[in-house]
Amino acid sequence: MGLKVSLEVFEGPLDLLLHLVRREELDICDIPIARITDQYLQYLQQMRELDLEIASEFIVMAATLLEIKARMLLPRPPRPAGDGDAEETDPRRLLVEQLLEYRRYKEAAEQLAILAQEAGLRSPRPASELNGERSGLPELPAELDLAALVAAMRSLLNEAEEAPPEIARDAYSLRQKMDLILGRLAAAPRLRFRDLFGRRFTRLEVVVTFLALLELIRGRLVLARQSERLGEIYIERREAAAG
Amino acid sequence: MSDERGILTPLQAALEAVLFAAAEPLSAERVAEILGIAVDEALELLLELRRDYDYGGRGIELVEVAGGYRLMTRPDFALFVQRLRSDDDTAALSRPALETLAVIAYRQPVTRVEIEAIRGVKCEKAINTLLERGLIKEMGRRRGPGRPIIYGTTTAFLEHFGLRDLSELPPLPARDQAADEVAATGEDEAPSDDEGDTTI
Repeated sequence: MGLKVSLEVFEGPLDLLLHLVRREELDICDIPIARITDQYLQYLQQMRELDLEIASEFIVMAATLLEIKARMLLPRPPRPAGDGDAEETDPRRLLVEQLLEYRRYKEAAEQLAILAQEAGLRSPRPASELNGERSGLPELPAELDLAALVAAMRSLLNEAEEAPPEIARDAYSLRQKMDLILGRLAAAPRLRFRDLFGRRFTRLEVVVTFLALLELIRGRLVLARQSERLGEIYIERREAAAG
Repeated sequence: MSDERGILTPLQAALEAVLFAAAEPLSAERVAEILGIAVDEALELLLELRRDYDYGGRGIELVEVAGGYRLMTRPDFALFVQRLRSDDDTAALSRPALETLAVIAYRQPVTRVEIEAIRGVKCEKAINTLLERGLIKEMGRRRGPGRPIIYGTTTAFLEHFGLRDLSELPPLPARDQAADEVAATGEDEAPSDDEGDTTI
């Protein structure tokens, strides 16, 4: 069709419904459900015509609206005495509550955007990797995600030489490796996981050292940081006051 | 206090050096520890230095943010600083990310499912973006079935929005009012010590 249609983008079905309520200047607590359902479906139809992908949440909401519309047509079950229950039996109640709640956060998000804009007018000196400044490394979820840590260990294992037969199985103890890590950290504030090994190392040594590291993290004695998946693991002392 | 020629005392100069070198806001306690002085002394020193910056016609100021003090460029010169920076340093958050962040900020600690219940859409991508930008973090897991991860905001969040602490978040808009009434209420309740409290 030769018509150029511009379709507003909505964050989800609730966002779209709020928009329709506002555009039609409707009372959010007393939504004419038949009218809003028609408009909602019209919008989905437009999306379809424009070959836009329609997220499943939009479809679910369409079904919900139709269900509410159907229930509005049914005769209400007789209410017990007193008008207080009028809202309880209103099929729209749950949806209205959801809309009201969502609207609060949508507005809060707008307030936050303004705050960010104002705060953005001030800039701190950016942290510099050269100075070994912490903020240079992104803040990591729960210090380090286990999968990344395991992946890093796996790549080290691939590098590791097979143990020569004369090395006894108990050549590396967990305690000894924990002491090694803490000892190294006493000398330097930060070291790389890689630095814990000499030029030649065995798979067993990597495994024991890795377990020692996990043990120290669990004991909250050290922090492990990694700026990217499969990247270098940095180990730092955990300052009592840090955080 | 500096004299009329703007000369700082050695302690003030030391404080200035430390603040310049710091990669994050420094609390008065931390300043006291570094300079080897008492906390109230450090606080006084910080306020003096802030005054000096305010009245010295300087391009930087000492700002109280995220539980500490930090040297920042003055808003008046934002235009020039922005020219210096690359765009992705200052990329604004997308709407989904911002909405998700709003739910987390006001409801923390909160699970992904709880966020999705409020927004009515999947939030996994937005949560990952926020984690990557260091604005939220995992705060452990909730007891109960499935032990879902719970999320909360970080110090970087406070810095990003120029807040001293979470209590400075604007009040969450009331639930049962019409949209324009809500906006008006938000304005009334906003702390008015800042010249910039605009409402939509």
